[in-house]
Amino acid sequence: MITQLILRALDKKAIWLVAVLAVIAIGVPVLNLVVPEGNPLHIPNYAVPLFGKYLNYAMLALALDLVWGYCGILSLGHAAFFALGAYAMGMYLMRQIGARGVYANPTLPDFMVFLNYKELPWFWNGFDMWWFAFAMVLIVPGLLAFVFGFLAFRSRVTGVYLSIITQAMTYALLLAFFRNDLGFGGNNGLTDFKDILGVNVQAATTRAALFAASAFALALAVVICSAIVNSKLGKVMVAVRDAESRTRFLGYRVDNVKLFAFVVSAVLAGIAGALYAPQVGIINPSEFEPGNSIEVVIWTAVGGRGTIVGPIIGAIVVNLTKSIFTSGSSYIAAGLVILIFSGIVAVASGWTKGLIVIAASIAIPVLYGLYQLALYGSFKLPALSDVWLYALGGLFIFTTLFLPKGIVGLIAQWRTMTTKREQHDRNAPSPADVEAGVDPQPNPAE
Amino acid sequence: MADKTGTMLYLDGVSVSFDGFKAINKLSIIVHPAEMLAIIGPNGAGKTTMMDIITGKTRPDDGEVLFDGRTDLTKLDEAAIANLGIGRKFQKPTVFESQTVWDNLVMALRKPRGVFSALFYSMSADDEARITEILDTVRLLNRKDDFAANLSHGQKQWLEIGMLLAQDPKLLLVDEPVAGMTDSETVETAKLLKEIAKTRSVVVVEHDMSFVRDLGSRVTCLAEGSVLAEGTLDQVSANPVVIERYLGR
Ligand SMILES: Nc1ncnc2c1ncn2[C@@H]1O[C@H](COP(=O)(O)OP(=O)(O)OP(=O)(O)O)[C@@H](O)[C@H]1O
Ligand SMILES: [Mg+2]
Repeated sequence: MITQLILRALDKKAIWLVAVLAVIAIGVPVLNLVVPEGNPLHIPNYAVPLFGKYLNYAMLALALDLVWGYCGILSLGHAAFFALGAYAMGMYLMRQIGARGVYANPTLPDFMVFLNYKELPWFWNGFDMWWFAFAMVLIVPGLLAFVFGFLAFRSRVTGVYLSIITQAMTYALLLAFFRNDLGFGGNNGLTDFKDILGVNVQAATTRAALFAASAFALALAVVICSAIVNSKLGKVMVAVRDAESRTRFLGYRVDNVKLFAFVVSAVLAGIAGALYAPQVGIINPSEFEPGNSIEVVIWTAVGGRGTIVGPIIGAIVVNLTKSIFTSGSSYIAAGLVILIFSGIVAVASGWTKGLIVIAASIAIPVLYGLYQLALYGSFKLPALSDVWLYALGGLFIFTTLFLPKGIVGLIAQWRTMTTKREQHDRNAPSPADVEAGVDPQPNPAE
Repeated sequence: MADKTGTMLYLDGVSVSFDGFKAINKLSIIVHPAEMLAIIGPNGAGKTTMMDIITGKTRPDDGEVLFDGRTDLTKLDEAAIANLGIGRKFQKPTVFESQTVWDNLVMALRKPRGVFSALFYSMSADDEARITEILDTVRLLNRKDDFAANLSHGQKQWLEIGMLLAQDPKLLLVDEPVAGMTDSETVETAKLLKEIAKTRSVVVVEHDMSFVRDLGSRVTCLAEGSVLAEGTLDQVSANPVVIERYLGR
């Protein structure tokens, strides 16, 4: 039964994706650790956790796509599950510090000593054991998703209303985790990690191992998601997305279908978060920021929702773009990115739309400058990092308007265009068809 | 009222109102096993609303709705009612447009409906043969790999009828099945429904009188949410009230 499920999961696309991820999982650590510095192929130390972070984001986007792209549940609170997984891992890492903290307390993490805790809060028990903490990485997000989903789906909360309450959920968690007396370090969160599974978190080898783990976790998520979407349950999920009430009249319990997808998705998001925490070295309440969850939606939309590879591509592309905008790059680099994007839009849906993108990209900084001129009497362009949020918003708007199926849809569109041209050129069955013994299909006359 | 035992569908004194407007008014209808009932009546008579009540979409304010002489349908939700063996074809054909004709039938095929049963389901040769047979019956075999969205209106109707067959229900509720069909398709549909009604109960709502004549079944005329006349088509269409309120218009 399980083997059949896995076989079904590994369709051609999934095999490719898993293979690519396996190559990355091994290749990046090798290029970092084995290839000597100075060699052009060497990957610097700082880049390894950065790429690892992108893979965690990709996994989060894939998890969101399982519920949004395939099941029609637009969750605007998915970063909460990611953050909970990260906190569970963070608690384990905190307890590994032991007496090496600033206050040298053998059991209490520094922030608790600072806040005059006398003993460890009960819910911190067990987190010194890796297996317990790792289990909590799965259980905590899964349980929250189960309770939340059970209540929401049972009462048939759908559409915008569901999106709003998922935002409320992550916002409530944000406020709660900001509080010092909740026992999770307040607004400073959890940081100063030392060891993971007995090795130094900062060591290059550990970083490489965490990167590889991120790639393998993503590959596992690909297999799990593709097993689900290729099964009959996957078809039913799409049916729920497209015609929820019709699915009920076929006898399917729509709320259970949604609940299953939601819980699986939350658990995957939690695992991604758990791998994220040791790589970035800190986890704080800002991870619950409602904007974070919205960003995940944008990655997924840009990559192409309702596909397995789309959210992965989207998360990586958008985050690379973000780093161009926010990490001190020049206007020229950002301009190039915008030119590429508008070029894609122009090719996919006409040059006027490409021009609209360029016009908007110029208009926003210029308007900002004029606003400065009116206020302070001098024309000043905004800093690139301030533009990023506008760029992200623009990316989302233009993608939904002009590239509704995202990058993956674009590739598919391009491929059908070329195959059509080929068919037109030859107008004969392809050699592969003849080999496979497929009869040439007559053109449907009707 | 009449005896409930031995009935497949039993509606007695059913009423429902929407914002004070009585869409169904003390409606009483009985369908026996392996019997076909054709329902006619003017627009807004409450024919579709009646089906909504039977399938759990709308809760009646009043009255009794029994399936198989004993199961109270007013207490159950849509999925539970469907799983009892009540299948429905909607007035506006509703198929899963982004999925293939084949996959539409795979989902409809009568199998355990649980989440995990669906996850671990793998198609047996029997299931495949059954779906192929249904595709043949509804003449969509050559379209099986097409997306349902690309079917014509009439073909969507056929696909939805195919999905009904795949569900293998005891009672079929068929709302305006021949809208958008050609004359020959209409004749075929009548044949198919008559064939189905040999073993199951079928309730057909339709405005097309020649189609209703082809069905050759008992006819009930609804108006303003209650029964106006009952009998054979000839009896009903000769009824002066029916002529005045429906046919004559
Ligand atoms: N959910 C609802 N809310 C408000 N009014 C409704 C609702 N459902 C049906 N109605 C009203 O109830 C009346 C009966 O509608 P129904 O669709 O059952 O008619 P019908 O007999 O199927 O007509 P047609 O032949 O046009 O399909 C109509 O006046 C309709 O507007
Ligand atoms: Mg109707």
